[in-house]
Amino acid sequence: LAARPSAVAGAQTVERVTSYDHASSYNNFYEFGTDKSDPVQYAGSMKTRPWTVAVEGLVNKPQVLGIDDLLKLAPLEERVYRLRCVEGWSMVIPWVGYSLAELIRKVEPQGSAKFVEFTTLADPGTMRGVRGRVLDWPYIEGLRMDEALHPLTLLAVGMYGQVLPNQNGAPVRLVVPWKYGFKSAKSLVKIRFLERQPVNSWGRSAPQEYGFYSNVNPDVPHPRWSQATERRIGEEGGLFAKRRKTERFNGYEAQVGALYAGMDLKTFY
Amino acid sequence: MRWLGHPVVKPVLFLWLLAPAGYLFWAALADQLGANPAEALIRSLGDWALRMLVAVLAVTPLREITGWAVLARFRRMLGLFVFFYASLHWVSYAWFDMGWEWSDIVSDIYRRPFILVGTLAWLLLLALAATSFNRVIRYLGALRWRALHRGVYAVAVLAILHFYWMRAGKSDFAEVAVYAVLLGTLLAWRLWRRRRRLAH
Repeated sequence: LAARPSAVAGAQTVERVTSYDHASSYNNFYEFGTDKSDPVQYAGSMKTRPWTVAVEGLVNKPQVLGIDDLLKLAPLEERVYRLRCVEGWSMVIPWVGYSLAELIRKVEPQGSAKFVEFTTLADPGTMRGVRGRVLDWPYIEGLRMDEALHPLTLLAVGMYGQVLPNQNGAPVRLVVPWKYGFKSAKSLVKIRFLERQPVNSWGRSAPQEYGFYSNVNPDVPHPRWSQATERRIGEEGGLFAKRRKTERFNGYEAQVGALYAGMDLKTFY
Repeated sequence: MRWLGHPVVKPVLFLWLLAPAGYLFWAALADQLGANPAEALIRSLGDWALRMLVAVLAVTPLREITGWAVLARFRRMLGLFVFFYASLHWVSYAWFDMGWEWSDIVSDIYRRPFILVGTLAWLLLLALAATSFNRVIRYLGALRWRALHRGVYAVAVLAILHFYWMRAGKSDFAEVAVYAVLLGTLLAWRLWRRRRRLAH
């Protein structure tokens, strides 16, 4: 995938990039099983072409976009983002895509649209995890409109200069670098504009543990574990590598802090 | 089953039960534990502690059902292997996950019930291991020793609770169920036998 380095503030980092091998073999994608080795093992069964994303709800131009339309919708950029999982591990991944804002502007949201809901594929035929009842399928995530429009919010179609591997959410996914990884929904099939805040899958499953915002925040522990530190995957020293201190908004506070001015982040976790 | 009494059986079994630890030690040194070596090591050691626990609790039922009295020879060694793997499990948690930061460990035990429950189970195992020598057994007397070592049933319950809580975040209990059924069956057999004995 041809892409130019992104000029968006915060979209480049000098940190050491996680190896492709680790980024594509250690992740969560419950539609294929709950073990982190399940996605790479079982996601091959997912068919990513033909693929369409329905854009609907409170927009003037609702439409169904094919994956080829999406690839051409805006120039592709490479962005190197930190990714912090709510479980306490992190990676640095070079994604390929463009700001979700490009797509949002194209479909012209109405004034009443305050939230965006993302629905991901749930095909029991090709996704073995969907046959189980770990979560209510399909997987749903959501963002507030200003979060969705933020230039850092990425609609990704690739990583490491290549098309997204199935296990990482092919053919098109969301990447919101200042939020815990589960907010970055994979393999999107529907984007809906709403007036009311949608209920996301983890919020429905365990509301006291996973808030709608889920901004990375070392000061707000998960009810069952601390979020103060993280394990960087592939860190020098391997087993003996020390955990790193987790940063507020995953280190993107300068870019996104203003979105939450005046909000109590302990209440809106 | 006379061969089970052969003097070579016990050392061979010992090496066989030690092999998983040897493999993990090699894998850790050779960086073969995958993307998150600390997590892989800690979980794998926990799995082995659970398997040893199933094995040691299976000794008495197997002995009574098959009539192979010789099985009793292996019970203490199996019990000590439970303690061995549970200890490595806890130490690798404190070392590789917590970096031996005692204040972090204490707050983690306080915050995460599954860590508390696992730590309690390990402390119980420590008490059992410390009283597993012939001299201590003689000192305590058989009755008191036996009463103390029924604590292994509590370890089984705590271990399942620990595993269940750990998996609760993923709401994926398939593996937990396997161990719960195995350990539950072994404990239920003891209750059933006790009731039958009392009835006679």
